[in-house]
Amino acid sequence: MTTRQFGQPLKRNEDPRLLTGHALFTDDVQLPGMLHVAFWRSDLAHAFIRSVDVESARKRPGIVAVYTAEDLGEFWQPGPLLVPPPPVEQLEFHQRTQVPLAKGKVRHAGEAVAMVVAESRYLAEDALDDVYVDYEPLEAVVDLEAALAAGAPLVHEDLGTNVSARVTQTKGDWAAAESEADLVLRRRYHYDRGTAAAMENRGIAASWDERAQRLTVWDTTQAPIAIRNGLAAMLGLSEHQVRVIAPFIGGGFGPKIMMFYPEEVLLAWAAVQLNCSLKWIEDREENFYATTQERGQIHDAAIALKRDGTVLGVKDRFLHDAGAYAPYGLTVPINSQCTLLGPYVVPSYRSEFTSVFTNKPIVTPYRGAGRQHGVFVMERLLDAAARRLSLDPAEIRRRNFIPPEEFPYSNEIIYQDFAPLVYDSGNYEPALDRALELIDYERFKQEEQPRREAAGERVGIAVVNYIEGTGIGPYEGARVTVEASGKVSVATGVGTQGQGHYTSFAQVVAEQIGVDVPDVHVVTGDTDLFYWGAGTFASRGAVVAGNAMHAAATKVRRKILKLAGEKLEAAEEDLELIEGRVQVKGVPQTSISLGALAAEANPMRGAVQPGTEPGLEATEYFGPERGATASGVHAMILRVDKDTFLLEIERYVVVHDCGTVINPLILEGQIQGGVAQGIGNAFYEQLHFDENGALRNASLMDYLLPTASDIPNIVSDHVETPSPLNPLGVKGAGEAGAIPVGALFAQALDDAYRDIELEVREIPLSPNRLFELVGEALTRERA
Amino acid sequence: MKPAAFDYHAPRTLEEALDLLAAYGEDAKPLAGGQSLVPTMNFRLAQPEALVDLNEIDGLFFIREGERGLHCGAMTRQRAVERSGMARKAAPLLHEAMPHIAHAQIRNRGTIGGSLAHADPAAELPAVAIALDASMYVRSVTDARWVPARDFYVGLFATAMEPGELLVEVAFPQPRPRSGWAFEEVARQHGNYAMCGAAAVVELSEEGAIKKARLVFLSVGEGPVAADQAAAMLVGERPTATALRAAAEEAATKEIDPVGDIHAGPAYRRHLARVIGERVLTRATARANEAPLL
Repeated sequence: MTTRQFGQPLKRNEDPRLLTGHALFTDDVQLPGMLHVAFWRSDLAHAFIRSVDVESARKRPGIVAVYTAEDLGEFWQPGPLLVPPPPVEQLEFHQRTQVPLAKGKVRHAGEAVAMVVAESRYLAEDALDDVYVDYEPLEAVVDLEAALAAGAPLVHEDLGTNVSARVTQTKGDWAAAESEADLVLRRRYHYDRGTAAAMENRGIAASWDERAQRLTVWDTTQAPIAIRNGLAAMLGLSEHQVRVIAPFIGGGFGPKIMMFYPEEVLLAWAAVQLNCSLKWIEDREENFYATTQERGQIHDAAIALKRDGTVLGVKDRFLHDAGAYAPYGLTVPINSQCTLLGPYVVPSYRSEFTSVFTNKPIVTPYRGAGRQHGVFVMERLLDAAARRLSLDPAEIRRRNFIPPEEFPYSNEIIYQDFAPLVYDSGNYEPALDRALELIDYERFKQEEQPRREAAGERVGIAVVNYIEGTGIGPYEGARVTVEASGKVSVATGVGTQGQGHYTSFAQVVAEQIGVDVPDVHVVTGDTDLFYWGAGTFASRGAVVAGNAMHAAATKVRRKILKLAGEKLEAAEEDLELIEGRVQVKGVPQTSISLGALAAEANPMRGAVQPGTEPGLEATEYFGPERGATASGVHAMILRVDKDTFLLEIERYVVVHDCGTVINPLILEGQIQGGVAQGIGNAFYEQLHFDENGALRNASLMDYLLPTASDIPNIVSDHVETPSPLNPLGVKGAGEAGAIPVGALFAQALDDAYRDIELEVREIPLSPNRLFELVGEALTRERA
Repeated sequence: MKPAAFDYHAPRTLEEALDLLAAYGEDAKPLAGGQSLVPTMNFRLAQPEALVDLNEIDGLFFIREGERGLHCGAMTRQRAVERSGMARKAAPLLHEAMPHIAHAQIRNRGTIGGSLAHADPAAELPAVAIALDASMYVRSVTDARWVPARDFYVGLFATAMEPGELLVEVAFPQPRPRSGWAFEEVARQHGNYAMCGAAAVVELSEEGAIKKARLVFLSVGEGPVAADQAAAMLVGERPTATALRAAAEEAATKEIDPVGDIHAGPAYRRHLARVIGERVLTRATARANEAPLL
């Protein structure tokens, strides 16, 4: 190999199409006679439905059909449980999953009660005015602690409780750690809800072809294959009668892997019922209710340490807001529970959580998927301990790192993929040192901060660590084909939502086949082009699909070499693949192009020999035994306007270790996008529910997403500790940027107000909240 | 998020527009830049029977100097005011406030009259209009009148205009000698709604005492709030830092009654009023004085 493709900061293959408006998104699908759908959504969070009257809506002009739960007949079924509870002893779990249309009861504001199919979206929305729902309003379950109190209203009456699940996991002996400790600190932390707010809302187009007896569904899903399988089963069709296409998607972030959204099953069902094509595009207001959310947790945590800062144990008890239904099982709270341990040696750990049903939109993973909560708790505990022990925050972290020679390192508890929480590899101290160097930690603390504080400024510095379990199974697959044109086509089942798969996967393949990356054509997310797979989630695309690509490409490479050896009458080991040709090493005259070779492999005369296959093609699968553990350090210098409490991030550093890097440019984008979402989470974004479970800020006017002017330039660097769990040595990077940002803000603010012992114990923050917290700290200080 | 059906009219003359508004009464909405009205209609919070689109009426787009100072046609785009050299010179406070109005893309479409007539309590232009003693020219089929800005705002999203009336022009008096101005606001993000903002105008006497002062807040009441007591306290005073701070304190504690929302509670808004009030008075005085504070 003379030109390396793998590891290079190549520009993305997909960008010309995306940037010039030539990529297909779901709303671009226009079919003849297409109908349009709108949903009547509950404005109450909790109410019995006495009756639903859609008769006058049905009679309006341009209305094709109006459906309620009753009209669905046998098709009305609660959705599947996507992830069953993990094999943890004495686990309590109550399964309740979302329904296509509310029947008898609404359990969160925005839950769909009726579906209107009309000749246009305008007419469909007009008809919503003529849907009459007779409610019996109920007290809403909003607060997590009140939900568990005796006599609380129940989200699911038949359960007799609002408990969705209880899980306890332990390691070592917390009681012993507590009794041995020189210092035990207890804290309560709040981490509130946010929404992913992808640039593209959800959307579904479905078309039933009666002559072909085939259903085609375009869906903004992160898991097209699972949607295909599920729709076929629900509709009584063969999987081959259903094609699901996840086209280009404007951001996934996790909520788009929820299955099955009511709209997904209803559009497909209605297309078959009405023998038509129809489309529903979620509007931004609907997105605030009908797309899943994340993050409401309350933690009561304690840490036990020796005087030198050595951690002896952590105890954590937390409540997790599941929302009205819990289709995703325990993934989010298990992530919080496991990720809390971070890159540290924590000999004793006791963590118990209660997942709680509330009358709020459903919670499923959103970038970070519970990890930021765990990181927030652990990093805050360490900060509180450092202050009490007069240690520098960076130093207390350094003293507790798992040493590099201890890997693989077992934390003894069970992770979200049901495998024991074992870190495959890691090397934490070099990353911390690099981050401190890039942020100029010592100079800031010794020189700049005192000087600026003397001039009346409020400035703080922070450095936090995290680990991220990535790249979990079960598996993904890939098919690599050299075409007669000499170009290479690649198909995989995972969908793409902006991650640059068309480039990073192409780099993995190009590395083996010896072609240029733009000559590798990648197709993702079309079930007709690749049959098997799980989906894009848990920072697993590069790890799992990437290694399947590598395996398939390696096999095609072997086929190329074998056939070329025969054609060129040369030994395989004397051949090289270079610029789309196979040649005898150093003898370019003796060569054959990949295109010619592909034609030779698919002859018009002669027979394929027994035990061989036509073509230069291979399909391979990869499934890791468990996830690869990425890690990183974020550092920041933050200035607070002491009068207005607005913040300015003056410097932001990320040092990240996701093993082998496929494309540094794409990785940089992942990190920056993640940090932007983390900043939103830390200081701008909050869903404000009132006591009735109504959302007070269901628009981008009031739900503040960070904009370009709120995001600093991010200085990033990488440490590469390859994962031993996969041939490429890669680890996932999709969520890393978002995970530790809340903890980072908290530490920086504490530092800026250390004279009055500010201690931030909640996320998200806001200027108003900071004004209150500083006011309280001042009052305490004066007392 | 699709609007309910409505009739659409795009008259070419002001007279036609006024006829339509008279005919529909409260059932029609004039459409200027549409930056507030159209989203409200998409949410179906507003369902007017008809829109009278003013964008084809050439006579409503102008910036010129006239007998009342700087005159702007109601349909003049905010971006045009922002970039006008004449406006910058004749109404520097207005010029300073313009970039705080949402984002440039919105100002390209949004109009000066649309914002003034919409009377959003978080809007910049109403506060500026009061601080500058601007006046609004209001027309109907039967009537034409100039309304002082101070009398134009009568409550939450409410103005002194009757159904059938249209704001067609606004005039800002020329700056007085030895006067200075300042505008500032605190928003959670650039381009977002202000949690508190203030416009100030300070005029000094030849002796350097304060001859006249204006301090008008936005986002702390049902409309623009003129802090007249604070302004009165300053008249005749030397503009010392202490006096300016005391005036801001007076305004923030006694003259505003902010309600909270999800972004800013009443206490924080009051705190911001104190901070911003002092900042704008200080800057306005410095500009009036062109000399360091006493």
